[in-house]
Amino acid sequence: MRVLVCVKRVPAPGAKINVTADGLAVDTAFLGFATSPHEECAVEAAVQLVEQHGGTATVLTLGPAEAEEQVRYAASVGVHDAVLVRTDGSDWDPQRTARAIAAAVADLEAQGGPFDVILFGNESADSGGFQVGIRVARALGRPVVNGAKRIEIGDGSVRVERPTDDGVDVYALAMPAVVGVKEGINLPRYPTMKGRLASKKVTVTVVDPVDQPGGQRLVSLHTPVEAASATRILGEGPGAAPAVVDLLIEIGVLQ
Amino acid sequence: MIIGAGIVGNCLAGHLTRLGWTDLVLLDKGPLPNPGGSTGHASNFIFPTDHNKEMALLTLESQRQYVDHGMNNTCGGIEVARTEERMEEFNRRMTSAKAWGIEASLLSPAEVKELVPFLDDSVILGGYYTPSVSVVDSLQTGTLMREEAVAGGCRVFANTEVLDIETEGGAVSAVVTDRGRIECQHVAIACGVWSPRIAAMAGATIPLTPAVHQMADVGPIDILQQSGKEVAYPIVRDMDTFCYERQSSGSMEVGSYAHRPIFHHPDEIPSNEESALSPTELPFTADDFDPQMEQALELMGEILDTAEIRYAINGLLSLTPDAMPVLGECVEVRNLWSAAAVWIKEGPGIAQLVAEWMTHGYPHLCDPHTSDISRFYPHERTEHHIRARCAEHFNKTYGIVHPREQWASERGMRRSPFYAREEALGAVFFDARGWERPQWYTSNEALFADYPQANTERPHEWDARWWSPIINAEHLAMRDRVGMVDLTAFNEFDIEGPGAMSALQYIVVNNVDVPVGRSIYTPLLTPHGGFRGDLTILRLAPDHYRVITGAFDGGRDQYWFRKYLPTDGSVTFTDRSQSLCTIGLWGPKAAAVLAKIASPTALHTGATVDVSQAAFPYGTCQDLLIDGIPCTLFRISYVGENGWEIYTRMEHGLRLWDTIAAAGQEFGIVPVGMGVYAVTGRIEKGYRLMGAELESEYDPVEAGLARPKVKSADFLGKQAYLAARAAAEAEGPAATLCTLRITDHASASGILRYPTGGNEPICTVDGQRIVDAKGRVSRVTTAGAAPSLGCYLLMAYLPPQYAVEGTELRVMYMNELYPVEVARVGSQPLFDPDDTRMKS
Repeated sequence: MRVLVCVKRVPAPGAKINVTADGLAVDTAFLGFATSPHEECAVEAAVQLVEQHGGTATVLTLGPAEAEEQVRYAASVGVHDAVLVRTDGSDWDPQRTARAIAAAVADLEAQGGPFDVILFGNESADSGGFQVGIRVARALGRPVVNGAKRIEIGDGSVRVERPTDDGVDVYALAMPAVVGVKEGINLPRYPTMKGRLASKKVTVTVVDPVDQPGGQRLVSLHTPVEAASATRILGEGPGAAPAVVDLLIEIGVLQ
Repeated sequence: MIIGAGIVGNCLAGHLTRLGWTDLVLLDKGPLPNPGGSTGHASNFIFPTDHNKEMALLTLESQRQYVDHGMNNTCGGIEVARTEERMEEFNRRMTSAKAWGIEASLLSPAEVKELVPFLDDSVILGGYYTPSVSVVDSLQTGTLMREEAVAGGCRVFANTEVLDIETEGGAVSAVVTDRGRIECQHVAIACGVWSPRIAAMAGATIPLTPAVHQMADVGPIDILQQSGKEVAYPIVRDMDTFCYERQSSGSMEVGSYAHRPIFHHPDEIPSNEESALSPTELPFTADDFDPQMEQALELMGEILDTAEIRYAINGLLSLTPDAMPVLGECVEVRNLWSAAAVWIKEGPGIAQLVAEWMTHGYPHLCDPHTSDISRFYPHERTEHHIRARCAEHFNKTYGIVHPREQWASERGMRRSPFYAREEALGAVFFDARGWERPQWYTSNEALFADYPQANTERPHEWDARWWSPIINAEHLAMRDRVGMVDLTAFNEFDIEGPGAMSALQYIVVNNVDVPVGRSIYTPLLTPHGGFRGDLTILRLAPDHYRVITGAFDGGRDQYWFRKYLPTDGSVTFTDRSQSLCTIGLWGPKAAAVLAKIASPTALHTGATVDVSQAAFPYGTCQDLLIDGIPCTLFRISYVGENGWEIYTRMEHGLRLWDTIAAAGQEFGIVPVGMGVYAVTGRIEKGYRLMGAELESEYDPVEAGLARPKVKSADFLGKQAYLAARAAAEAEGPAATLCTLRITDHASASGILRYPTGGNEPICTVDGQRIVDAKGRVSRVTTAGAAPSLGCYLLMAYLPPQYAVEGTELRVMYMNELYPVEVARVGSQPLFDPDDTRMKS
């Protein structure tokens, strides 16, 4: 089978994010870059699908030349082919991004045949638009499900599980299909030293994007005020035990 | 006030507490116990062998302290070689291990594999094994020392950022933080990579740069997991690829010093909040690490192939222009101390050393000569210089560095006015703290025709590196005729004013109350009576003294004088080093050359200059004109010949050089390089050198520099000096500086070897290292040829039972023992013992 996984180069999460003085970009002076966590899981899912069913996994990103780092990372954990839809690094809204990806996918499919499954992350770690996968699916005329926590390939269809508040929704999508993967679906593997070195040899196909402006424009970025949290000291030493017990009862841990 | 709660700051708080300090504050910008500095991500291992004595002693002391805290996990360590050159270096490491008393052995590839079964022994030629290599817990050790300090009254503030350091009258007065202002008498900066930034708040410089050391943690690895230990296998240093593999429980840490130098600026390090991991664990740049990965796979492919890269960082550490720490009181601000550019392996020892320095005025643990912050000249404190030198030496972290190795970067920084002439004469220039000094002149190769005995080859490339037999020829020509030596790198400090004499009496050992025109050769002592300096002072006028000292100690000496000179206006200090140049003119024909060109400064009709010893005695100075150039001439010699140091203003220099060269032509004058001045000429005369023979661990009695009487005036170190003299009188000194002669140079393989003089241990006939009653090891302080004596000499301190002329001993060099004989005990020269030549 042929699996495509789409990823985005984002500032590595985990640290306080500064905004540049003009308010139009993230200040990346101290930041490393990574693949969005949901997408790391999508990459792992793609690799597992071809490990189970054979075939090839391809990674695609839309971004600046530096985004080659992210597709090579995917290659270092088992993806076979890599495609970089290269932009000038400026901010692309979800509509514009989806159009360019859909066009790139169409080109890839024209050359190598259709992808049975196209995987996205549920949302990106930086802008969190929740849109690109759905827009690409619609542009390609394929069924799509977001929030996937389990993916199984059946005969001509893909079975997707999505947890809800009170259970699990199960979908069966006719292939070719698009799936938005949610973190927690798997534990992404780290690259091995051998995998890292092998990824250096993978050819990254660089293509120019089809550029059709979307309807969304970045006006400015703000760092949200951190919600202050108050710490209440219940006591110290064994004397604190009753208060701890009361609290555990209060929040329903103990009855 | 101690700023920085990493391994150094915590241990400094603990050691100061042990030394009786009670009103201490320790603060850090980050949280405790891991504030986010380099300590928090260090690999924490200690390989104790080092060729540098200071670093070796500090590392061993630190390891001892980690043991005391129960934080030292001995696992052994193996440095492996992939090249023959490295195998030779291991012989040198065996020699240094012998010197410092470290157990070590050489291993065959198969023996390495026995200890590290997952290593591919086909890619290595052998190993250097040190069983005492250990992994330490630097965070917990720091915590214990901090707790000890707290028990002694130290207050600790985490999450407290320093915003400013206030000074008053040139000394620190307060530290301003984001949580308030604290008045303090002393401030110690132990902030690692942030140290320059903090020092700058007070207007001081701490010359270091934050630099990246890449490290990746890979695993899980079955064989390591099965060991069930933090470190079950010896740490492997793959020396020729500049990388290491260190077990960390179930995974392996692979670290590299092979990647391109990557520097950061202390003002551009993220805060804890802005860091995904910590401020000193920056995002990994994988491309830089790839070549190392391939090399690691060559060595340990069996276990690393499929191991996952789970954690990888561009870790920040501190690098300095000469790869040594930066310790001591900042030269710009009194009572502002630097304890920076320190690695885990030497942290606790250095903390003790700095604590002693702050308490006693100088450390007792060992001489901090090569770490002293005052060693740097202004151009060496610039970011430009720091980065250039660090870029050059970063990849030498695991390199094979020759004791005479020269820097390639930042050359031509300081040139004497004679430079163009020297260059035309084919000078081979060595760097002396920025000065370009001719080591020898290739034009003097022609001297081999006159002195064929000089043309002795050194058959081993290592012994001949950065050396030429031309040095011998220059030496013999100088002894035979006359030589001229560029001494412009000297430092000259003018100390003037009504208080000059009494101020100098306090700073130096020997009596400076001498007639105008006389000189004083004197040690400077530490408060505990060890050598702090060694220099010459001219009395140019009743209230005017000129201090003359060498290029390598100029910064340190300037600091020392300025620290102890009165500030009441009775004395002025002027650094004239940049305005004066110097030519040494020495040899049997020196007086004849000078007589041709010198004239009195006051020209009376027919006036001539009498340069005889009677009219111009040894050890005195006079102002004369040379071809019209005003000069100060000082009749003295460091090479054992009659002659002068001739000083003039920088702008007259070239004319002075040309005049002397032309006048000397009929006498066969030769330009002579530092190879003669600093080594062959000096060692034949047994002259001592600061930083080599003269260190704070030794006193003037042991160095053979004690005068018959001690002046009545009080001076720094006097009580200790008197005590040392009394003890020596009663029971003899614990060691005496001796000159030894190598009696057989042939190695086991039949090659003649010539020790370079890099702390080679002096051993008993049966190969045992020699340690004196004060715990100091006998080792080579200087080595060099003695062309006029036809032998090769070494200098070393020996305890009394061996300090007997004629005693047969051994010197270890490249892991082999060579027979030596004690040729001289004390300071009497082997060449011209009565100094007849200098005083004739």
